[in-house]
Amino acid sequence: MTAVIQTSHAPTRSERLKDAGGVAFVALVLGIPMIGLTTVDAGGMLEVRTRWAALGLFILLAFLGRLLFSALGDQLRARQRTKARLGSAPASGSRPVLLKALGWGLLGLSLALPIFWGDNRYVIDTATTVLIYIMLGWGLNVVVGLAGLLDLGYVAFYAVGAYSYALLSTQFGWGFWEALPVAGGAAAAFGLLLGWPTLRLRGDYLAIVTLGFGEIIRIILVNWTDLSGGPNGISSIPRPTFFGLPFKPPSDDGPATFAGFFGLEYVPEQRVVFLYCLILALALLTNLFVSRMRKLPIGRAWEAMREDEIACKALGMNVTNVKLSAFALGAMLGGFAGVFFAARQGFISPESFVFSESAIILAIVVLGGMGSQLGVVLASLVLVLIPEVGRDFAEYRMLIFGAAMILIMVWKPGGLLSHREPTLKAPSSFIRQSKREAA
Amino acid sequence: MLAHAFQQLINGLALGSVYGLIAIGYTMVYGIIGMINFAHGDIYMVSAFIAVTSFTLLAALGVTSVPLALLIVLVVAIALTSAYGWSVERIAYRPLRSAPRLAPLISAIGMSIFLQNMVQVTQGARVKPIPPLLTGGIDLFTHDGVTVSFAYSQMLIIVVTLALMLGFTYLITRTSFGRQQRACEQDRTMTALLGINVDRTISLTFMIGAALAAVAGVLVTVYYGVVDFYIGFVAGIKAFTAAVLGGVGSLPGAMLGGLIIGLLEAFWAAYLSPEYKDVATFAILILVLMFRPSGLLGRPEVEKV
Repeated sequence: MTAVIQTSHAPTRSERLKDAGGVAFVALVLGIPMIGLTTVDAGGMLEVRTRWAALGLFILLAFLGRLLFSALGDQLRARQRTKARLGSAPASGSRPVLLKALGWGLLGLSLALPIFWGDNRYVIDTATTVLIYIMLGWGLNVVVGLAGLLDLGYVAFYAVGAYSYALLSTQFGWGFWEALPVAGGAAAAFGLLLGWPTLRLRGDYLAIVTLGFGEIIRIILVNWTDLSGGPNGISSIPRPTFFGLPFKPPSDDGPATFAGFFGLEYVPEQRVVFLYCLILALALLTNLFVSRMRKLPIGRAWEAMREDEIACKALGMNVTNVKLSAFALGAMLGGFAGVFFAARQGFISPESFVFSESAIILAIVVLGGMGSQLGVVLASLVLVLIPEVGRDFAEYRMLIFGAAMILIMVWKPGGLLSHREPTLKAPSSFIRQSKREAA
Repeated sequence: MLAHAFQQLINGLALGSVYGLIAIGYTMVYGIIGMINFAHGDIYMVSAFIAVTSFTLLAALGVTSVPLALLIVLVVAIALTSAYGWSVERIAYRPLRSAPRLAPLISAIGMSIFLQNMVQVTQGARVKPIPPLLTGGIDLFTHDGVTVSFAYSQMLIIVVTLALMLGFTYLITRTSFGRQQRACEQDRTMTALLGINVDRTISLTFMIGAALAAVAGVLVTVYYGVVDFYIGFVAGIKAFTAAVLGGVGSLPGAMLGGLIIGLLEAFWAAYLSPEYKDVATFAILILVLMFRPSGLLGRPEVEKV
């Protein structure tokens, strides 16, 4: 908390130049060891190479960027000040309606996608990835957004789901639909396993324990070669079938296939579109489930605990059950997403379940605006599409990704949709009645 | 058997000192602004790269004296890495100081991804080896045919860490900056009302944390002789675990936690299984926190409604 003293005078040109010069100097200091100098391998020994041109460009960019930003910032502030003086309140009344429309629009788009772009494998694949993250985001939203428990190891449950399906299908020949609830249950059990020792922890202590739990699961998967195949992972995981009809080129003597059964011509895109529809259905079910849970007593208890744990205890709530149920349900949803992931990829290895995945899922929840279901969708779109757009300059894509995370957070600290709809509203008849009584 | 154990003790102390140095950066930042500086491990990684570049440059310039080269590299790495620490705070954390609690955490994770990939893009993804600078050591004793040796590089780590700890304790407990820093930890608004520049104090805290991480980075570069852009993550979570184990916000706790984790890792890897040493680290963390939820030396938070 710092006191902000706003000076009324705009900075003069020389002040601006001085400020930008300071930024350029910092850029010089930061840039010398990283951009200006580098070491290359020259026959077993390192050799220093210089890149002064790149360093110069970087400093120039920092200088001009600072000038531009300070000018833009001044204009923005001036506009806000005049607005405040005129006393025009921000138009907030139309926002929920707009958001609702946006939500339905996105739903329509996602339903229309396989019809209009069904033959474009790239679009469907990317959309499937987005939906996996949306589902993971909605699952983690139960733990972080609703119950307020900071979980940095969510990817562990994703891994448990994926490996459960992989093992059940490759070792015991289980199908996708039989394995789905079992894998979800296994993930939920792991959720309880994590939740139970951490009941007394709060805030950042919880964060590091969950991070450690995620790493423990990953290290076990890497090293327990008999169970998980170690770093090589598990391959040739069966793909999901359409009520027992596989997506394969039809053969005369083999079992019936999807294309053969419906008398369609076989195209490989059928499977991709089917997978897309599957994850869309799973994600929508998740959304329905979570939004219904929020209206149940347990959902209300989660949100109450997020706001004030001590008050909840004082009101006689069983905080242990509330916490454990949030962990277990969040983990179960992550497990479902994991099953789908394993079935889609056909191959899984511990590399898919590293900490940065957890970080990305958490970023989706926080960037979207904690507790907002639509926010998760928007944040997943942003975070999955940024690296996709950056494909052309592949080595910079994660760089851009990291920078975008910082910029979005600085720009909107509460998340893209920080507006939080109260889940509990007094019914309108009650309000009318109390007004009448007051009058 | 005894000799072997003694050797692991030395290895563990050296490793633990490095974790402790990094952990202090976490704990100080947590103490003053109450956030996990996820990019701290990457600051340490940046410093290791600066060390590699400086050592190579010095060798090319013909500096052959090892102590002189070490001294120059330490100074350069501390200066440049503190600049990184300052910039990270200025760009990613200061605008979010009054934001919801998770916002700075996400921007810290973003900063960590950014730094890692920046180093990967500008310095290359390959492992960078440097020729060994400090070779040999003192053979302490021989028992049952096993010779216990105390390598010069391990000695360097332990001596530098001890010296830094003494200086740092003096800085925090005796100087006016230390008083300002502790005042900011207790109550930032009140400190600001007393005429202390809170922003400057926080910036300096970040720079000191980065400087300690810089020393750790240089020491590790000398000790192992290789760096890559990924070392920051592993060292970062270990050091953060150390900070939490000792009790976040407690400076002796950070060092104690670092030593415990260093020793645990050394002994576990030597006697049980090297693959599962990280599992042991996190399991100990979970066990300790189950019984002492605010760490070994942390003060339990008093909660008021």
